[in-house]
Amino acid sequence: MAASAGLLPYAKIREDLFRPLSKGSPRYWITICAAMSVIILGMAAWGIQVRDGMGVTGLNRPVFWGFYIVDFVFWIGISHAGTLISAILRLTDAAWRKPVTRAAEAITVFCLMIGGMFPIIHLGRSWLFYWLIPYPNPRLLWPNFRSPLLWDLVAILTYVTGSVIYLYLPLIPDMAQLAEHNVPWRRKLYRILSLGWTGSDREWHALERAMKLMACIILAVAISVHTVVSWDFAMSIAPMWHSTIFGPYFVVGAIFSGIAALLLVMGTLRRALGLELYLTKHHFNNLSKLLLLMSLLWFYFTFAEYQTVWYGNEPSEMAVFASKIRGPYAPFFWTMVFCNFVVPFILLGIRKLRTINTAMIASVCVLIGMWLERYLIVAPTLGNPRMNAASGVYVPTWIEFAITAATFAGMLVLYLLFAKLFPMIAVWEFKAHPVEEN
Amino acid sequence: MEHRWGMSIDLDRCTGCEACVVACHAENNLPVSSPDQAEKGRTAHWIRVDRYYEGEFPDVKVKYRPVLCQQCDNAPCEPVCPTYATYHNTEGLNVQVYNRCVGTFYCANNCPYTVRFFNWFAPEWPEPLQLQHNPDVAIRPAGVMEKCTFCVQRIQRGKRDAAVENRPLADGEIQPACVQSCPAEAMAFGDLNDPESKVSKLAGSGRATPLLGELGTKPKVFYLERAK
Repeated sequence: MAASAGLLPYAKIREDLFRPLSKGSPRYWITICAAMSVIILGMAAWGIQVRDGMGVTGLNRPVFWGFYIVDFVFWIGISHAGTLISAILRLTDAAWRKPVTRAAEAITVFCLMIGGMFPIIHLGRSWLFYWLIPYPNPRLLWPNFRSPLLWDLVAILTYVTGSVIYLYLPLIPDMAQLAEHNVPWRRKLYRILSLGWTGSDREWHALERAMKLMACIILAVAISVHTVVSWDFAMSIAPMWHSTIFGPYFVVGAIFSGIAALLLVMGTLRRALGLELYLTKHHFNNLSKLLLLMSLLWFYFTFAEYQTVWYGNEPSEMAVFASKIRGPYAPFFWTMVFCNFVVPFILLGIRKLRTINTAMIASVCVLIGMWLERYLIVAPTLGNPRMNAASGVYVPTWIEFAITAATFAGMLVLYLLFAKLFPMIAVWEFKAHPVEEN
Repeated sequence: MEHRWGMSIDLDRCTGCEACVVACHAENNLPVSSPDQAEKGRTAHWIRVDRYYEGEFPDVKVKYRPVLCQQCDNAPCEPVCPTYATYHNTEGLNVQVYNRCVGTFYCANNCPYTVRFFNWFAPEWPEPLQLQHNPDVAIRPAGVMEKCTFCVQRIQRGKRDAAVENRPLADGEIQPACVQSCPAEAMAFGDLNDPESKVSKLAGSGRATPLLGELGTKPKVFYLERAK
């Protein structure tokens, strides 16, 4: 099945994949406008928050972190789709990876751009966020490198830089092709962006080497980034945050939600751009199996984490545990287990049920479940502090909902614009080039 | 010798009258929360009185525990601040620099005593309370974290007065507002580096325990209680 696209004549592949760039439909622009209005609403909400203070959110004492931190971890988690999947598949030379990698790499870049905004949005004085950057200043003040938030900043900036390069490199040959025949503004754009690519032997070799190197680097960076995100929690002494397995637990959760996001995006692209010949059942089948594997791994980690807390039976940890299992957060907890484990296990574990459509359904469930997972890490722990006389409840306001919705709309707009400017599948990879012939 | 400020609170004497809470509000320019903000859990009391109930009705015993910043020597709030807005000064105080705070909330999340307070909005006082602001204490803007300072303005004042008069600082000369206003005289404040100070003796009396001592935060507030 994987070979089906490979057997098509190259001219047809080129035509199929470049077509969406020039053809605009009213549906496309309506979607963009709808998403933009949600973004404007979110920006207005943020404006109100900056003007009036953080009191317009549902945050309180002791729940000082809420939706924004949940969204931050969620988006950074999804960003693992691109790098990990595409890098692993590249390094292992999986033949079926070709139509999948670019969609995944684009998810990474956009999710990081969106996720990276949340640490700034959640600040009490967000206009001073640059104080976390070690820049020379007259008062000789230096940020505190012992703070996990500083590690976060460094990790995410590294990851953004790396993943932009990782997305950009395999775009170069495609952009050089696009620069050949096109409307003037596009010709100019692609010519600048393709950095004078001529397609010589030397250039192909350099590209291949750079891609291999970047795949190795980005793998290590991706794993370290989500470990550092988990350390924002694990390095504190709050009950049920101070856990040694949080690093790997978060990485597994990130890859899990990343694959779900990738499946969802691929399914949408397949239908919207008519890529049925390229994104076949074979690709969805392979990624579904990967999603199932991650679902099992996620369940294993969750089970290990909760089991040890339960047996440890430490009062302050048990207060958090109880609020999740049977307290006010129980509906979210059991929805999470249902979405993250039961649904993927049934829909993807039984071969007869494993189709493109069920993979999409399972992916939506996993994304909801993984968002809830992060919510269940943030809110119950803070709501049940060690001094139980100080416990509290978190009820988000419309401001937090609006900003969260705006980021989903933002992701949609970024992706739609990207799909209009660049082919969503690397066209050149279908053409035998000198390196492969060697 | 450097000072090392500490406090003791006698739980057998505390009547839960909350005079310390009121005194702290007046001394430190703490904003007064509106009822709906209070309902949301947005009140700011640098010292609060926690109530714990023991026994079953009708044999109920209430225990009061005033909780303020414990000025930990091993403070969990300090290493997590990315901008050094909270740090340890040479006298062992856990100091908050409002101007450096960008509001990451991390310190408050990592404080096991939940004694850090955030300025959710610009501070407000119902008339005519805005007329009694203490000129020695800064008014904090929206978006920054704040907490008990052990009345650092009174500590500075006491040291300066002693220096001007060219004499050593006497024990009990410096009193934070809460200690000064406690009608039951349940609280004592002084230098833990001076073995003769009242607070040093009380802290070493065997009745003293730290709050959440198992966490190893090394608080400088000691709770005195009859040994059971």
